[in-house]
Amino acid sequence: MISANVRFVGRFSLEFAQTVGRCCLMFWRTVWGKPHDKLFPLFIEQIFQLGILSLPIILTSGLFIGMVLSLQGYYVLVDYAAEESLGSMVALSLLRELGPVVGALLFAGRAGSALTAEIGLMQSTEQLASMEMMAVSPLKRVIAPRFFAGIVTLPMLTLFFNVIAIWGGYLIGVSWKGVDGGAYWSVMQGSVEYMPDVFNGVIKSVVFAVLITWVALYNGYYVVPNAQGISKSTTQTVVVSSLLVLGMDFILTVFMFGT
Amino acid sequence: MSQKKVELWVGTFVIAAMLSLAILAFSVAGLSLRGEGSSYTLYASFSNVGGLKVRSPVKLGGVVVGRVEDISLDLQSYTPIVQLAMFEKRGFYPETSSLAILTSGLLGEQYIGIQPGFIDDDIEMLGDGDSIEDTKSALVLEDLIGQFIYSINKEK
Repeated sequence: MISANVRFVGRFSLEFAQTVGRCCLMFWRTVWGKPHDKLFPLFIEQIFQLGILSLPIILTSGLFIGMVLSLQGYYVLVDYAAEESLGSMVALSLLRELGPVVGALLFAGRAGSALTAEIGLMQSTEQLASMEMMAVSPLKRVIAPRFFAGIVTLPMLTLFFNVIAIWGGYLIGVSWKGVDGGAYWSVMQGSVEYMPDVFNGVIKSVVFAVLITWVALYNGYYVVPNAQGISKSTTQTVVVSSLLVLGMDFILTVFMFGT
Repeated sequence: MSQKKVELWVGTFVIAAMLSLAILAFSVAGLSLRGEGSSYTLYASFSNVGGLKVRSPVKLGGVVVGRVEDISLDLQSYTPIVQLAMFEKRGFYPETSSLAILTSGLLGEQYIGIQPGFIDDDIEMLGDGDSIEDTKSALVLEDLIGQFIYSINKEK
């Protein structure tokens, strides 16, 4: 009875160590060494797939999140006759937290799952194996361009998200609730700083991009090669990368704004 | 989709991302391309700096004319020394000027208010590295309440 439990813990630890090791090895073999000859066109193609096709969901959710944030903030601030500070509240919460985190969660749901399903299907129909037969490294030909495209794309999507959400906040606060438009922008400019707020948000979203893209590609590459396996891997991608994003966000926030 | 079309879309995407970064930098964070220009250093010692922070503004009649560069302690007199970076484009002040640590609004941030003094033939302008002698410390609410209670007790 006890030995069975101990064995369970042992197997779990070994499996965990194996997963981490496999993940690191795969990462190393993908980014190290000479890139594939056609890396750049493949990379552009993946920016299209991951970035431009994610734009509709990023823009609509950004607009609505900015509007909701502004409306709720207005109801609280108007009690203290401080509705002029609406702009700084909306901008700071978006730039520091909501933009990078919600953008990353949407990206995990929209692009991460698509990556896993795509690579997983390639793996189960043995396209990747046949690539290797032709002496083309699938890690360099298939995985690397997707990885780099993901890292470049998510920060840009986060920027779009922030801009349209701040505009959505303006729409509700100024056009509907009648906060003074000049005060909205000037209070915002007074409290938002470029390096600590805007730039730290971009750093956050780069870290999230690495996490999400890598989890998605790993899960796709080491898929159980059948229909059920692909569905399991896709679910795993969304769950694991969302949790990693939220956990990592706390750690980054402590380092960036904790002191 | 053809390679040309993909490249066109991606190019638009990247340019739009650069534009949003520019909007966030200039319109939301209020970054100015010219920066704050060159500045000269002034020193002032206060008996209490309160909640003054590095990068707090120095204001003359509400206009920002400088920033707090550094706050340190003079170990000989045990008084805080504040180092100020004054913007050259906002001009120079006579040595009779005085500084006071003020609070914007009831609960706002603390800043340094500068009051320019009179200018006469034998009064020189403050230059780089000079110090301002006439300073007024931050208002500490506890001290104020203490004095108030003391004065009530004396009246009885």
